[in-house]
Amino acid sequence: MYRRLMQHLVRGTAAVAVSAGILLGTPALAARTDVILGIRLEPPHLDPTAGAAAAIAEIVYNNVFQGLTRIDRDGTVKPSLAERWEVSEDGKVYTFHLRQGVKFHDGTTFDAEDVKFSLDRARAADSVNPQKGLFEPIDTVEVVDPQTVRITLKRPSGSLPFNLGWAAAVIVAPESAADNKTAPVGTGPFKLAEWVKGDHVTLTRSDGYWGEPVALEKATFKIIGDPTASFAALMAGDVDAFPIFPAPENVPQFEADPRFTVVVGDTEGKTVLAMNNGKKPFDDIRVRRAVSHAVDRKALIEGAMYGYGKPIGSHFAPQDKGYVDLTGKYPFDPEKAKALLKEAGAENLSVRLVLPPPDYARRGGEVLAAQLRNVGISVEIVPMEWAQWLSEVFRNKNFDMTVVSHVEPLDLDIYARDDYYFGYKDPDYRALYERFVASTDESERLALLGQLQEKLADDAVNAWLFLLPKIGIWDARLEGLWENTPVPANDLTEVKWRE
Amino acid sequence: MSATMAPGRRRLAIRALGHPSFLLGAAISLVVAAMALLSFVWTPHDPTVLDIARKLQPPSATHWLGTDQYGRDVLSMIMHGAVTSMAVSFVAVGIGLGLGVPLGLLAAAQRGLVGEAVMRANDFVFAFPALIIAIMLRDIFGPGAVNAMVAIGIFNVPVFARLAYGAALPLWTREFVMAARVAGKGGGLITLEHILPNMLSLVIVQATIQLSLGVLAEAALSYVGLGVQPPAPSWGRMLNEAQTLMALAPRLALVPGLAIVVTVMGLNLLGDGLRDLLDPRLARER
Repeated sequence: MYRRLMQHLVRGTAAVAVSAGILLGTPALAARTDVILGIRLEPPHLDPTAGAAAAIAEIVYNNVFQGLTRIDRDGTVKPSLAERWEVSEDGKVYTFHLRQGVKFHDGTTFDAEDVKFSLDRARAADSVNPQKGLFEPIDTVEVVDPQTVRITLKRPSGSLPFNLGWAAAVIVAPESAADNKTAPVGTGPFKLAEWVKGDHVTLTRSDGYWGEPVALEKATFKIIGDPTASFAALMAGDVDAFPIFPAPENVPQFEADPRFTVVVGDTEGKTVLAMNNGKKPFDDIRVRRAVSHAVDRKALIEGAMYGYGKPIGSHFAPQDKGYVDLTGKYPFDPEKAKALLKEAGAENLSVRLVLPPPDYARRGGEVLAAQLRNVGISVEIVPMEWAQWLSEVFRNKNFDMTVVSHVEPLDLDIYARDDYYFGYKDPDYRALYERFVASTDESERLALLGQLQEKLADDAVNAWLFLLPKIGIWDARLEGLWENTPVPANDLTEVKWRE
Repeated sequence: MSATMAPGRRRLAIRALGHPSFLLGAAISLVVAAMALLSFVWTPHDPTVLDIARKLQPPSATHWLGTDQYGRDVLSMIMHGAVTSMAVSFVAVGIGLGLGVPLGLLAAAQRGLVGEAVMRANDFVFAFPALIIAIMLRDIFGPGAVNAMVAIGIFNVPVFARLAYGAALPLWTREFVMAARVAGKGGGLITLEHILPNMLSLVIVQATIQLSLGVLAEAALSYVGLGVQPPAPSWGRMLNEAQTLMALAPRLALVPGLAIVVTVMGLNLLGDGLRDLLDPRLARER
């Protein structure tokens, strides 16, 4: 009995002590310095100069790797490893002045030699850079002194500073470049701590970072492929943020919950129903136009995206400068589509629609297939994993149609490429694009951008569907995440917890 | 011969009518089968037609079970889904029966090295669940209903082979088989004339049970996207698509879920009932 009493007493005292500790401790509690972000896809590797997957940039861009310039949350070009730059009168010579005292994560010093190495490597004949087109206008890269680089172009290009801000143009060191896929070494505020395949990638703060100190000490990117699991992970607090949340139907639930901030922004994701222009039946412009008329964008966006997503009529994002609204070019008109198919002798078409894993593609594809069947095109849906899609569709061009979102900004150049997967080879478009690249006059550039969009829409290369929304959902106490996605990125430099 | 069989059959029929789980199972199975057959000639709406403007509607006079996230009629989808479900599991059981029973009989008739080889090969196949087989087939041929049928079918082969082997083995030691042997009949003929007829009831019972497992496996495969592809409706995929809509329209998950549960339960009850009625061992105990 006595012992029992003692136990109670001891427990009671301990409880009081603990609660007192909590009370005293509360004001001293500092804001959290770690964050867990949910991402839909695991990156194939972590080297943005060797792979096109947006999942790579969504982890490393501006966190681990940095370029001479960077693209900010509003899509503008900002100085990064280059403090400033000058352009010559004729627009052909750019001189970049580099920041001093910058070190790579492995302790080596960043200087002009690294810039020359990175750019020469990216544009070399044997380069595996996913965006070689960005570097095509570059003629030579010279080291003037350790802090100055001179880039001479074959022809004037006003887009150089913007292009050098892409994830594919980040600066790497000759000592570590070969291993960046698994052991990325950059100049950014975070370095790789751990990558558990299939589960998560963890970055930690890098000491000796040259720039504005970052608030976060640790950032974990948790891979959650399934929309239901994403929803559960957020609700349970297993992740603090889902910068690109995959299930738009759940948005109202998060909006009604004060624990979360819901921000619906824009990406650069031009979602297209791509057609293989290189082979029958889509080598016939009448068939492609028929498809464009058969698509009911409004129903598609409502059905597959629950109303989130802006309709687009060409390969251009509405928020970008130079946009021309071409959504009215091929109004939804099944009768006209049928007539065009008849004219082309393409009645009773039977095509394969290949769908990569993202929900916008799988759901959109199901709605599109029904809309195409409505005009007499019979559609076989073929779901594919990313690796398979990349080899079958993107590399081998073995497809009729596919649904995919092109997330790179201002990527009109893909239609001027010889070997691009939708097989559009039009000399007039190329000539027009050459003119655009060469032009340094702002108003001329904008006019040419408009003409390029119109030309694509006129040729109905693809059926353009909608701009992929960026549905960001995160803990209401978290600040500094990007609202929009002008480039694929989860820039964490300004992210912090409200105290 | 026929004069002696007739009273036996009549007795069986009388016992069947007095067997509640058999009756319930048969009734449920018949209703599902009838629903599937009816969908060939009539459904309230076309289950493949999308009507986005009327999406997520609650049950009403025009849409008895409401509409799904694309405005498709849920009842029509369930009816068509029954066809998918039944077709896949029937073909899969057919594959299992067609390959498994002869293999088991062969192993029992030959025994020795051949018998061992056949049965160990079966054990090997049995180690692969239908899901694993379906993933392998998907990587080779791409997903689809045929893929699901073959995957579940392959899974069924060792089940029937083991059953046939186990049932046939003791029969080979019975007097009437000995007599047939003495009369100079070969292994194949004895199997056909004496072994197979004596184990047929067991096979029928097992086939019914495998049918119910087939329905379940088909739903599981379509749930993970390895079964029949859209627009063909399937219960498993309906369940998958309803997941994120649980808060908005729980009915979309409940309806296909119940369809699967009820069908599987019906076939199981039917199988249990049939076993009670047909299995000679159980009959003798009674």
